[in-house]
Order: sequence, then C-alpha cells, then structure tokens
Amino acid sequence: MTPAARRWLVRAGGVGLLLVAIALPWSVDAYTTSLFARTLVLGLVGVSVALLTGLAGLPTLGQTGPYAAGAYASALVAMHVSSVGVVQVLTGAAAGALFALLTVPLVVYARGVVVLMITLAIGELTVTAAGRWTSVTGGTDGLAGIPAIQPVWGMAPLASDRARYLYTLVVVGVVIAAMVMLLRTPAGLLLRASRDDEARTRASGHRVTGYLAVTFVGAGAVAGIAGSLLITAQQYVSPADFGFDVSALLLLGVVIGGAASIGGAIVGTALVIAVRDWLSGLLPGYAPLLLGGLFVLTAYLFPRGVAGFSTELANLVRSRSRGRTGPGDRPGTGIQGRPSRGEPVGAAPVSSGETR
Amino acid sequence: MTAFATTPLLTAEAVVRRYGSLVAVDRVDLRVADGERHALIGPNGAGKTTLLDLIGGATRVDGGRIRFDGRDITRLGPARRARIGIGRIHQRPAVWPSLTAVENVVVAGWHQAGGFRGVRTRARYRRRLREPAMALLDRVGLAGVASTTAAHLSHGERRQLEIAMALAGRPRLLLLDEPAAGLSGVEVHRLAELLAELPRDVSVLLVEHRLDLVYALADTVTVLHDGRLVTSGEPDEIRNAPAVRRAYAEAVR
Ligand SMILES: Nc1ncnc2c1ncn2[C@@H]1O[C@H](COP(=O)(O)OP(=O)(O)O)[C@@H](O)[C@H]1O
Ligand SMILES: [Mg+2]
Repeated sequence: MTPAARRWLVRAGGVGLLLVAIALPWSVDAYTTSLFARTLVLGLVGVSVALLTGLAGLPTLGQTGPYAAGAYASALVAMHVSSVGVVQVLTGAAAGALFALLTVPLVVYARGVVVLMITLAIGELTVTAAGRWTSVTGGTDGLAGIPAIQPVWGMAPLASDRARYLYTLVVVGVVIAAMVMLLRTPAGLLLRASRDDEARTRASGHRVTGYLAVTFVGAGAVAGIAGSLLITAQQYVSPADFGFDVSALLLLGVVIGGAASIGGAIVGTALVIAVRDWLSGLLPGYAPLLLGGLFVLTAYLFPRGVAGFSTELANLVRSRSRGRTGPGDRPGTGIQGRPSRGEPVGAAPVSSGETR
Repeated sequence: MTAFATTPLLTAEAVVRRYGSLVAVDRVDLRVADGERHALIGPNGAGKTTLLDLIGGATRVDGGRIRFDGRDITRLGPARRARIGIGRIHQRPAVWPSLTAVENVVVAGWHQAGGFRGVRTRARYRRRLREPAMALLDRVGLAGVASTTAAHLSHGERRQLEIAMALAGRPRLLLLDEPAAGLSGVEVHRLAELLAELPRDVSVLLVEHRLDLVYALADTVTVLHDGRLVTSGEPDEIRNAPAVRRAYAEAVR
C-alpha cells in the first residue's frame, strides 16, 4: 500500500465515520443519542490525551483536571451569566488553559512514568477539591438544573437530545479540524522532532521545554472545551465525571487507538466506552476484565494502535513483496517513545560498536 | 603553535568530566581559533566524544570553564549554545526518524531562518526554510531522497543528512564526531570535499579516526589519551611525535 493509497483510505474512513455520526441521532433513541454525545465529549478529552501522550511524549493521567475546570466554569457561567454556547465554550477553553498553565511547571520537566504519576496526582487532587468545595461545585451532589444551551445569540435553546448531540458534534469537529491544521504547520514538525529525539532537538537550538509547555496549555484548552460540552450534553456535573476510572479509560482508549493519532484517539475512546457501558450491561461486573483483555489484545496485535494498523499492514505487504522491512515510522501513528531523553547526546554510541 | 593562535573562538580551560570514578576528560585545555580546522585524535575511550559533549553543552563540566566568542558559556544549555553558533554532528547519526529528510533540515535551520517569524506565511516558509534546505540536501547528495522519512534512510545517508542539518544552522563552530565512520568510499570522498569547501568563517573541531582526512584538513591536531591532552601541534609535528605513537600503541595493545 503506497502512502497515497493509505492517506486516501484514512480520508475515506474519516468521511464515512463522519456521515455515520451525523445520521446517528435519526436512527437511535434519545437515550442512546445522549450516550453518544457523552462519548463524543470523552473522545475530545481523549484527543487532548493523545496530543500529550503521542505527540508531545508526555503520557498523562491528569487531563481530567482541565476537563473538570472547564466543566465547572462553564456550568457556573451557564447558571449565572449566559446560556450562549460560544460564551460557554470559550469559558471552558480559558478555564482549561488556565488550569494547565498553573500545573505546567510540575509536568514539563519530568518525563515518562514520572509524568504519569504527577498527572495522576493532579487529577486526583482536582476530584478531591471538586468534592470539597461545596459552595462552588455543589460538592459530591454536583450541580444540577443547568439551563439548556443556545449555540449563538438569538437562537432558541436546544431542547432535544438530538440537537444537543449535533451541537456537540459540530464543536468537536471544529476543534479537531483546528488542531489538525495547526499540527500540519511547520510548528507540528518541531513537536514531532522533540518527541523523536529531544536532545537532538535542543542541539539544534530549540527550546523544547517551551514547546512542551505550549502544547500542554493547548491540550488543557481542548480538555476545557470538552468540559463545557459535558455541561451541554448532560446538564449536570459532579466529581464522579472526573474520577480515576475516567483518566484510566482515556489513556487506555488513546493507547488502543494509537497514541499519536487524533482519529485513533476518538475511535479508541469510543471503543473503550462502548465496552464499559454496553458490554458490561450484558456481562455485569466484567467490564474491567474485558477492558484489560482488549488492552492486551491491542498491544499484542497492533503495538502501534488501531491507527497504526494500516501502516503495519503496509509494512507486512512491503516486506513480503520486496524482502525488505522498514521500521514503519510514519509520522502521526502509534506510540513513539523518546529514545535519547535524559541521556547525553553521543554517549550511547560508545557501546554501539560503531567505533573502530 | 599555528598562525591561528591569536584570536580564539573557543577556549576550554582545564575542563573536567567524571563518570563515577572514571575521569573521562581530565583538565583539558583547548583553543580553537577563528577559522581554524582543529582535529582531535586519540584511541577509543580517550574522551573525544565527551569533550565535544562538554563544548556543545549536552553534558556539563565538573570543573573548568568554556568560552566562546569572548563569552563564558560554561553554564549555558545546549539549545542556547546552538543558537549562538555551535553546531554538532554526532558519532551515531542523530536525525529525527519520523520526519522526512527535508523536514529534518528545515527543523535544524529553524533559528537561522528567523524562528517562528520565518514561517509566518507559506511563501516565507518556502523561501527561507524549504528552498535552502533543498539546496543543502543537493549539496550533500541527498536531493533524491528529500521526501523520504529519515527512518528509512541508510546509515551513510543519515550521516550526510546530519551534515546538511548542521550546516543549515550556519554554525560558527562545527563539532564533527567521526563523520567518516561507516561511510562508503564515495561518501568519504564527498565528505572530504564538503569539509574542504567550508568557508573560513566556520571553524571546525573534527574528531576522526581516518588520519588521511585529518592530515588533509587540519591546521592543528590535538591528541587525547585517557582523558588527558597528550600533545597539540601542526600535523607534521604530530605525525612524528613519539608521544602520539605511544598513545596509539598502548591502546591497540
Ligand atoms: N554516559 C557515560 N556514562 C559512563 N561513562 C561514560 C559515558 N560516556 C562516556 N563514558 C566513558 O568515558 C570515556 C570516554 O568516552 P568517549 O568520550 O566516548 O571516548 P571517545 O569518543 O574518545 O572514544 C570512556 O571510558 C567511556 O566509557
Ligand atoms: Mg567517540
């Protein structure tokens, strides 16, 4: 499969998914529609997790933090200030970005598993704070009775699940399109270079830490927007929306989807939520087991995630037909670590046998 | 001493680097004059790569100072040093595997082209970054693989690519760590030509085992052994110095 054919396939798949997503609320009942709306919301948080985990190389369990900040801020705005969607989305983005800005010094100097632990702590602290700060967040009871949203000034409030789902779909689509466009600019190259080989990127004069910080704040804004959409979709918010299980599911979904792929992140998150919400209905109590099995299966079959599947297939075909295997390091797919992180450049080759 | 000794671009004064009890670089003094081609030779494990790491900022000194262009850079990080003009080629070619060859050169020449200002419009990106990158690839003989992902390039191609990347940064001092290692005869020939053609406003600090390359290019040769500076002088002096023969003989054993 040539890269062009692969691109075409991915595009066709994307358009197909989008058409299904648009047609969906006319083919299922209202309750299922609202479930799908929430899946979309979590998918967008998953996208922000993928941005950090796969593209910036910062694996995170803490995107529930800016997600919660965006949700509560939007809920308060919806209840006391404005029911206009644009206002709420911007509020969510600002709250998520601010949250990320406050926590960014804790994260950008760490790498790998340490990031995972720090972000886990941030996420847990956020949930605890949300549960305790009763005057603002409603405590563990949460905030209920949030008025329905009107997308822009002068429009009627969205009264049906179908309308709210479509609104969510539009906002998620716009945010993702904006992200994809941004990552396609040369700035996206810097991020990928930093992930590929951080020390090398510094040796070319790049302020890698600065790039990571900007990405972290951007991912915070995306999670914050998802928070505002959560308010729209379920008109209710409580700390249970941001628990550890949510963080773990998101990371799982992103890893399954192929960490560096935005489309993969959504598909992976949707898959994981489907397993949790629907299969667990058929086999009550077995959801964690099923998720674990799904994870092992993906890691074993497609080490680069669902999004890496077509690349893997292409490599297989290529190696069979030409007797040559490529590492298959196409940009934008799979989880790629940071091989040289923390090591002094040029130190590794001492033992590599290249010297004579 | 050579005629270049008057205006040093780089001065390392008694730099030390330890790894546990091993002293990889032991109070080494080094001067590279403006425009000089300075070669650094010595057996494996002599501390050549470590010394380049210290100068490029990839590792920090445990003692001593480093000056560049009259300024103390001992405490500056590697990115900062790169921006003030220290370019580097690594012993094992370090390229960004998920980027194409031309993208590698673009990212390496980013600051030279004005950073984010250089990419504000598509036309500017093409003029300031992409076209110079293509020209550089052409110069190192990689124009044909410009759109190939670096992960799929051969060892020799990656080596050439890193040379193009280093040049894209328009360094004033180029640190080269065994650039000829693993290259084919043709590639070594092209490398030698490329180095010979470098303008004199670029100073070169070259670590190389191929002594024919060293003697053809260098104005000054410094010999390291066991982290210590054995001797430093013009190629003719070094070629016949007994201390150098001893250092190599010992290492070969
Ligand atoms: N990161 C490191 N950790 C421990 N020892 C190292 C490291 N880098 C280099 N060394 C040691 O320092 C000495 C000098 O190494 P190096 O500078 O790579 O030598 P050269 O480049 O001259 O072959 C060697 O004994 C090597 O094993
Ligand atoms: Mg070496």
